[in-house]
Amino acid sequence: MNATNPIIETFREQILHAAKNKTPLSIEGGATKSWYGNANTYTKLDTRTYSGILEYQPEELVITACAGTPLKEIEAALKEKNQVLAFEPPHFGEHATFGGAIAAGLAGPGRISVGNFRDFVLGTRILDGKGQDLSFGGQVMKNVAGYDVSRLMPGSMGTLALLLEASVKVLPRPAATATLRCHISQEKALRTLNEWAGQPLPLSASCWIGNGAGEGQLIIRLAGAAAAIKAAIPLMSSLVNASEVDPQSAEVFWNDLREHKLPSFENIAADQTLYRLALPAACGPLIISGASNEIVLEWHGQQRWIKAAGDEATFTLIKQLATSHGGHATRFKQGMNVNPAFQRFTVLSEQAHSKALELVQERLRSAFDPAGVFVTNRLP
Amino acid sequence: MIPMNMVTPPPDLALISALQSKLVAALRPILPEHALLWEPEDTIPYECDGLAAYKRMPLAVALPETEEQVAQILKICFEMQIPIVPRGSGTGLSGGAMPISQGLVLSLAKLKKILSIDPFTRTAVVQPGVRNLAISEAVAHLGLYYAPDPSSQIACSIGGNVNENSGGVHCLKYGLTLHNVLRVRGILMNGEIVEFGSLAPDAPGLDLLAIVMGSEGMLAVVTEVTVKLVAKPRLARVIMASFDDIEKGGNAVAAIIAAGIIPAGLEMMDQATTRAVEEFVNAGYDLEAAAILLCESDGTPEEVAEEIERMTKVLEQSGASGIRISRDETERLKFWSGRKNAFPAAGRIAADYYCMDGTIPRRHIATLLKRIQGMEKKYGLGCLNVFHAGDGNMHPLILFNGADAEEWHRAEEFGTDILEACVELGGTITGEHGVGLEKINSMCVQFGEGERESFWGVKSAFDPEKLLNPDKAIPTLSRCAEYGRMRISGGKLPHPELERF
Repeated sequence: MNATNPIIETFREQILHAAKNKTPLSIEGGATKSWYGNANTYTKLDTRTYSGILEYQPEELVITACAGTPLKEIEAALKEKNQVLAFEPPHFGEHATFGGAIAAGLAGPGRISVGNFRDFVLGTRILDGKGQDLSFGGQVMKNVAGYDVSRLMPGSMGTLALLLEASVKVLPRPAATATLRCHISQEKALRTLNEWAGQPLPLSASCWIGNGAGEGQLIIRLAGAAAAIKAAIPLMSSLVNASEVDPQSAEVFWNDLREHKLPSFENIAADQTLYRLALPAACGPLIISGASNEIVLEWHGQQRWIKAAGDEATFTLIKQLATSHGGHATRFKQGMNVNPAFQRFTVLSEQAHSKALELVQERLRSAFDPAGVFVTNRLP
Repeated sequence: MIPMNMVTPPPDLALISALQSKLVAALRPILPEHALLWEPEDTIPYECDGLAAYKRMPLAVALPETEEQVAQILKICFEMQIPIVPRGSGTGLSGGAMPISQGLVLSLAKLKKILSIDPFTRTAVVQPGVRNLAISEAVAHLGLYYAPDPSSQIACSIGGNVNENSGGVHCLKYGLTLHNVLRVRGILMNGEIVEFGSLAPDAPGLDLLAIVMGSEGMLAVVTEVTVKLVAKPRLARVIMASFDDIEKGGNAVAAIIAAGIIPAGLEMMDQATTRAVEEFVNAGYDLEAAAILLCESDGTPEEVAEEIERMTKVLEQSGASGIRISRDETERLKFWSGRKNAFPAAGRIAADYYCMDGTIPRRHIATLLKRIQGMEKKYGLGCLNVFHAGDGNMHPLILFNGADAEEWHRAEEFGTDILEACVELGGTITGEHGVGLEKINSMCVQFGEGERESFWGVKSAFDPEKLLNPDKAIPTLSRCAEYGRMRISGGKLPHPELERF
C-alpha cells in the first residue's frame, strides 16, 4: 500500500529469506542495548539504513520518524521547539536509535509522572513476518479504530515484527523545574513519596539511593508552572528538611540516573548481576540477602535496582520476592562471568493468573509472524 | 448504510426457538431465576445500545452477579458454540452492544461493587458495572478522582470504558482510559480467568493490557478493573473566547499547544451549536461568534493564575473577538454547561441527531468544518459541530427526522462522508466511540486488507472460535468487497487508487 522504497525492499527480502530458511532474524539498531534481554546468535537485521524524521509539527505534539533514526537526532529536533519525550527513554550509548528505544520500551525518571513508552506511541508502520507492509494507529491522540496493535511494539524486543516507523506523542518542556535533596531512610522516603503523589503537587521524579540498612538520600524533581514550583519548594523542603540542588548539577544527576552512569550502576563485578525489580506502590523496603550495599529506587519505589550474585538461585529468590509483592524482576545487566544463556525475565507462568496468557501471546506472535522470523526469544 | 440484510440473512424462527430453549436450559442451573431473561418483553430493553437505530433481539440475556457465574456462562456458551455480546450500561454510541440473533447478551451491570480503595497507592479496584462517576464520588473525600470523564460518565460503566478506551473532556491533559487503568482481570471465551497488566509499572511479556483496551468486548470479558486515582486539582478556571471566523478559532487551538501549554480542557463549538444551546442553558454565549473556544486550566492557584495569563495572551494574539474568564466555580460550570448540554440541545431543535466521532490532526480543524458546511447543503441536513479541539476529536451532530426513512438514509450518507474526509485528512473514523457495527464499513476505507487480516489474527489469539462479539469492529474480507461494490454502484468511488475495491 505504501510506495516501494529500496531500503524497505531489502528488509522485506531479508524477512522472506529468513522465513523460507527458518532462520530467525535478530533486529538491531545502534547496538547500545544489545546486552539487554535473552542472548541469541541469529543473523542481524540492521535498521540504521532506514533513518530520518518524516514529520514533526510541534503544534500537533507528535513526531514521526524511521526506526533507524538516532535517538539524539530526535531529541535535538524536539529541543529546538522546546518539546521533549517526557518519559525520558535511556540511550545507553551514543548511537541509540528511535526503533531500539521503542523495542526496549524502557523509560527514565519521568515515567512515574507521565507514563511509559507505550502510553506515548500513537501509530506504527511495520513489516510483519510475511513481509507485509502494515500501518496501525496514526498521528492523532484519540483513535479507537481497530485493535491498538501499535502499543504492542514498545517492549516487544523485536519479537513481533520489524518496526519501520513510529509516531510518538511529545510534550512541551516544563516551564520550570527544581531539584531537592535530603537525608532520609528508605521507609520514610517511600511513605512520603506516596503521600505527596496523592496531593496536587508538581512532583515529577524521585530517586532514593542508599544502603541495605535503609540509610540514604532522597532526590526529587519538581516540574510545572514556575509559580507552582516556587510555592511547592518551601512546603516540600520543610517536611523532609531538604535543600535545593543547583540546576546544573541537578541536570547532570537526572541524566546520569537515566543513563545508568551513577556509581551504583557501574562496576558490576564479573559474577554479579544488576537486577531490576518492578513493584506496586504498596511495596515497602525489601531485604535481599547477599545484595551489595547500594540500592537505587526510582519511580517512588516502583522501580528498584540492586546488584547481587548472578547465579540462578539468587535470581529465583529475587523473582519470588518480587512476585510475592505483585511485581516482577529482570536480570537487567550481567557481569562477564555470568552465564549468558540464563533466562533474563520473569516469565508469564511464574505469575498468578497469567499462565493462560502464554498461549495467547504465542498465538499473537504467530499471527504476525507464522514462520517464526522474529522468534529470537529475546523476550520470552 | 449498514446493509443489514446482506450480512444477516432473515433468521430462521424455528431454529432460533430451538436454540433458545437449549441455551436457557443450560444456563438455568447456574443463575438465579431473576438473572436470566428470554421472554421478549424482558429482553426488549437489550435490543440496542445508545445507537437506537440498530436493533436486534438476542436469544437471551444473562445478568450474572459473580465472577464465577460469568466464567460458567462463558464455558457453557463455548461448549455450545453460542456467540456472546458483553454489555455494560448500554450507553455506547456505535452499536457495539447490539445483540446477535443467535447469541446471548451478557450484561455485567450487576457486578457493580467497588471492591477496595487505597488512598496510599492511589488505586481502586472495581467491578465492571461500576459507573464511571461513581468512582470519583467514592474517593472525593480523599481529595482524589478518576480522571477520564466521557460525557456519559453519569451512566456509563468502567467495563464499557475499558472496552472503548473512553476519553472525555479532560483527556488532553489526563489521558484516556488506557493511561488510567493499571490492571484488568478478565475471562477468556473458554472460561479461563486471566489478568492483564499489573499494579507494578509494567508486566512480563508483551503488553497485552494495551491491546485489550478499546477491544470492544471481542477479546475477553472484563470482571475487575484496577484504576489509577489522581489528586484533585485545588482550582480550575476556564476562559471563554469568541472568534468571528472559524479558521481563527482553529489556529488559536494550535497556537496554545505551540506555546507549550497543555490545557486541562480545550473545547470548541460552532455558531449553530452555541445558538442551539444558549436557548437551552442561558450560559451567556456570544451568539455572533463563528466559534467559541473553552480553555480550562487546573492545578494550584499559582499555577492556574500563570496559565490563564499565558493562554489569554495567546488567544488575544490569535484574534479572539471577546474573552471572558470564569470568576468562580459557579461561573465556570455555567460556561461549561452549554458544551455539556450540546447533545440534549440538538435533541431539542431536531427530532433526531446522529453523532459522529472522527479525529483529525488539529491543523485541519477549519478545513473539515468548511467541508461539513458543504455537506450540509449537499444532503440538505443541518449539523452542529462540537469538539474536543485539543485532541482533534470532532463530534458533528447531524440533525434529521428518524420517522422519515429517506432522511435517515441521507444522515447516514452524510456521516460516512464526514468519516471518509477524516481519513483523507490523516485522521481516523473513531476517536472514542468505537467502531461497533455503525462504522464497520468505514474500516474498509481506513485499513487495507493486510491490517484487517492482522486484526483477525489478534482476535483469534484470544478467541480462536470467534464467539466474543464476533460481528463488531473488524469487517470480514467479503464485507469490504461488498461495501466497495455498493459504493461504486452508488455513483461514488472513494479512494479509486485502492485496488481492493
